[in-house]
Amino acid sequence: MYQNSMNFSEVFKQSNQLCKVSPDGKYLATCVQYRLVVRDFNTLQIVHLYTCLDQVMHMEWSSDSLFILCAMYKRGLVQVWSLEQPDWHCKIDEGSIGLVSSRWSPDGRHILNTTEFNLRVTVWSLCTKSVSYIKYPKACQKGVDFTTDGRYMALAERRECKDYISVFVCDDWHLLRHFESETQDLAGLEWSPNGCVLAVWDNCLEYKILFYSLDGRLLSSYSAYEWSLGIKSVAWSPSSQFLAVGSYDEKVRILNHITWKKITEFEHPATIINTKAVVFKEVEKRPVVGSEDLSIHQLTMNNSLFSTQSKYEITQLPAQVPVIKPDPDRANPKIGISTLAFSADNRYLATKNDNMPQSLWVWDMQRLSLLAVLEQTAPVRCFVWDPRRPRLALCTGNTKVYLWSPAGCVSVNVPVEGSFQVQSLFWHCSGSTLILLSKEHICLCYVDAEEEK
Amino acid sequence: MSPSRLYSASVMSPLPLSSFNVSSNFCTEENISECILYINQELSSLCFPPIFRNSDDIRDLDAVVALNNIHDLLQLHRRAVGMMEELEVEQLKSSSDLHYQHLTNSRLKDQLELSKKENMRLHERERQLETNVKTLQNCLKDAKEEVQRLQGIIASRATQYNHDIKRREREHNRVKERLNQLLIAKKENKQGMEVLNYVGRSDGRRCLWKTGKTESRHEGEMYKTLLSEFDNRQRELMVENIELKKVLQQMKREMVGVLNSKKTCQREEKQSNNTDQSTLQTNSDDDEPIKGPPEMSCDHAREKLTNSIRQQWRKLKHHVERLDSQASMVQDGDTEEMISKQLHEEEIERLKLEIQQCKEFIQTQQQLLQQQLNTPCDEETAAVLNDSYMLEEKERLKEEWRVFEEQRKNFEMERRNFTEAAIRLGHERKCFEDDRAMWLKHQFLNTTFADQMKPQSRRTDELSKHSGHEEKLISISGKVSKSHL
Repeated sequence: MYQNSMNFSEVFKQSNQLCKVSPDGKYLATCVQYRLVVRDFNTLQIVHLYTCLDQVMHMEWSSDSLFILCAMYKRGLVQVWSLEQPDWHCKIDEGSIGLVSSRWSPDGRHILNTTEFNLRVTVWSLCTKSVSYIKYPKACQKGVDFTTDGRYMALAERRECKDYISVFVCDDWHLLRHFESETQDLAGLEWSPNGCVLAVWDNCLEYKILFYSLDGRLLSSYSAYEWSLGIKSVAWSPSSQFLAVGSYDEKVRILNHITWKKITEFEHPATIINTKAVVFKEVEKRPVVGSEDLSIHQLTMNNSLFSTQSKYEITQLPAQVPVIKPDPDRANPKIGISTLAFSADNRYLATKNDNMPQSLWVWDMQRLSLLAVLEQTAPVRCFVWDPRRPRLALCTGNTKVYLWSPAGCVSVNVPVEGSFQVQSLFWHCSGSTLILLSKEHICLCYVDAEEEK
Repeated sequence: MSPSRLYSASVMSPLPLSSFNVSSNFCTEENISECILYINQELSSLCFPPIFRNSDDIRDLDAVVALNNIHDLLQLHRRAVGMMEELEVEQLKSSSDLHYQHLTNSRLKDQLELSKKENMRLHERERQLETNVKTLQNCLKDAKEEVQRLQGIIASRATQYNHDIKRREREHNRVKERLNQLLIAKKENKQGMEVLNYVGRSDGRRCLWKTGKTESRHEGEMYKTLLSEFDNRQRELMVENIELKKVLQQMKREMVGVLNSKKTCQREEKQSNNTDQSTLQTNSDDDEPIKGPPEMSCDHAREKLTNSIRQQWRKLKHHVERLDSQASMVQDGDTEEMISKQLHEEEIERLKLEIQQCKEFIQTQQQLLQQQLNTPCDEETAAVLNDSYMLEEKERLKEEWRVFEEQRKNFEMERRNFTEAAIRLGHERKCFEDDRAMWLKHQFLNTTFADQMKPQSRRTDELSKHSGHEEKLISISGKVSKSHL
């Protein structure tokens, strides 16, 4: 266990879980109903305050941290605000055609609006008067993706009951390639981090994942099995070496970038017998009433009287993982690997199996084996890797924040008056701060870690 | 008729002709009386009356009796023959029956054999059919499971499809509604963008027109990206490849070295030595072309390397296997450095046992030592213990002293009493002596010469009494004085 000190900031209001840090890390923007509040990240002082025309449903920073877009879907409006020039304004009205989603382009000067019923994607430019239209965009899990360097955009289209993929050059929205996809019903696409390979997967009725090169050639296709429900989630490793595919059969298959074949699969059994893995079980202690109990595993800072302390205990193997059987009659059953995340250094993979919702599995990518299992007292809601170091933060909807690292894991109570139920969280790009979101508030958690020896 | 002849051979033939011949042989002129006697005897044994009267020594043949006897005999004979014939017939019958039974027996045995074989065959067939049934049942079970699984899959797919269809239908309805709204709505909200002023591009450059040049430029850029990526990857793979080749070559060299060193100390492998030497030479030849430019890996060289590695590995494997098998066998002769595996294992077991025993011994010793050290080490308790022992001793001694003192006191008291008694006794004796002397004096003075005899005797008696008493006194005082000693 490394020693770390965690400080918490005061609590601020937000609505719709809209809270984003600027890409350069200097500012924190939150939306409160129809106000946009921009704070300096270090001092948390309000720097700018903007008022939108309606309740903001989506808010996004531009890539150069100079502009913020606020989308109001009900009204079909998008308003763009400038940080350098607070009185600069821009309003995009989609009119009667409606608006379902709005996003920035990677250059921070174009806004892509998807109209209602996915009729078309309008590309609005902030530099020129030009407007572009893209027809037949597909409404699916992930139909649009930009390369990491922001040069290309892949868009899934559906024409005449067939799937197509269009690759655009983001510079001038020139259509570079347009080719038919060999999927039955494309569910998502994602560029590899090096921007040269596009992974395209089918929806859950067919297990198929295809790899297309940047110039539209089909490199490979992989299918693990037939008929049963297929792919649920996909994640590239940051080095583009691996692609992790999570499916409904509770397994993660790792494909390699040389042969595009499976090199291993990770199972999520209900009984863990792997002797090298460590199973951390969160154990809640009885409410501490006014005691000064300071131990390594807990941080008690202004504990509210009725909050329960919890700590992790290492369970002896073989260990049982609590399983919740899904309803077989419902579509998109709660079974299978729904979330995958690689750590920034490529070494670890965190997975969550939907029918073991309270457990989080951490895999060692060097050894290709299970490293740790975290068993929480409530279903895991959100988990994110630190962008700088191999540290995982997760929350389960209670008042605690949990951190895992190869050295161990810790459970921290958020010391806020009243209770702060952590619904989601994300890291600041420097990896030294966690932003915690409850239903209507945010709180910053400063984690100054001294690296363990 | 032949069997009857056979059986009648033992019986005397009843034919008259032969009897005629027999009678001529039996009775002659000379032995008539003996014959008569003999016949009489025979007849009497058969319960016939004698045919010859035996009166007056004249053997008169009683013709009537003789004829009767003859008649009876003939009747007997006839009866006997009849019986014999019957018996013969019966015998024939029974023999033929027996024969028939034998035949049927053998036939039935054959039948039994056949039916047993048939039974076996049917059992075998039944068994085969049963196994068939089992396998078919298993197949059926598997097929049922498969069917169930597929049904499950179909069900889940159907739910997905239904869900999807419903979603699309809902969307479709929404579209229709929207369309209706739009048709009805008079004012159409146009989409548009209001902006205070256009901002510059993020990279600061001016926007360019779209021309054919830009298209080709884009294509070029795209291919450049791809090519650079390929280059990177190829470089990485090359580096990895070189590393692996180095490792393989090193492995090969080491394997060759190991095999060489092994072979020089193995005396049984002279022949293989030669062949290995030759392969070693060829292997060393292989090294040359590969060691040249390492980046230039032509297929041929690569193949050679992998083949030679495979060869060496195979040899090494064989060698290790051989060593293993040798170790498990017991050899004689030049086995000074090698002992059989079993002996080795036994030795190890024995040593382990010894170690275990020694450990236990050491442990017990330690425990005892610890116990020993514990008692003196713990000074307080030791002192206390010692003290308590001392106390006990002291108490005991005290008790003894007390008893001794008591006894001594008693003795003192007794001695005092005795001395007092002795003194008193002395006094009394002195008084008594004085008294006696006085009395004697008086007596002597008072006695006249008249009463010299009688009183003297009385006196002597009294004196003797007194002296006896005195003696007693003296003896007592003597005893007392003795006791003082």
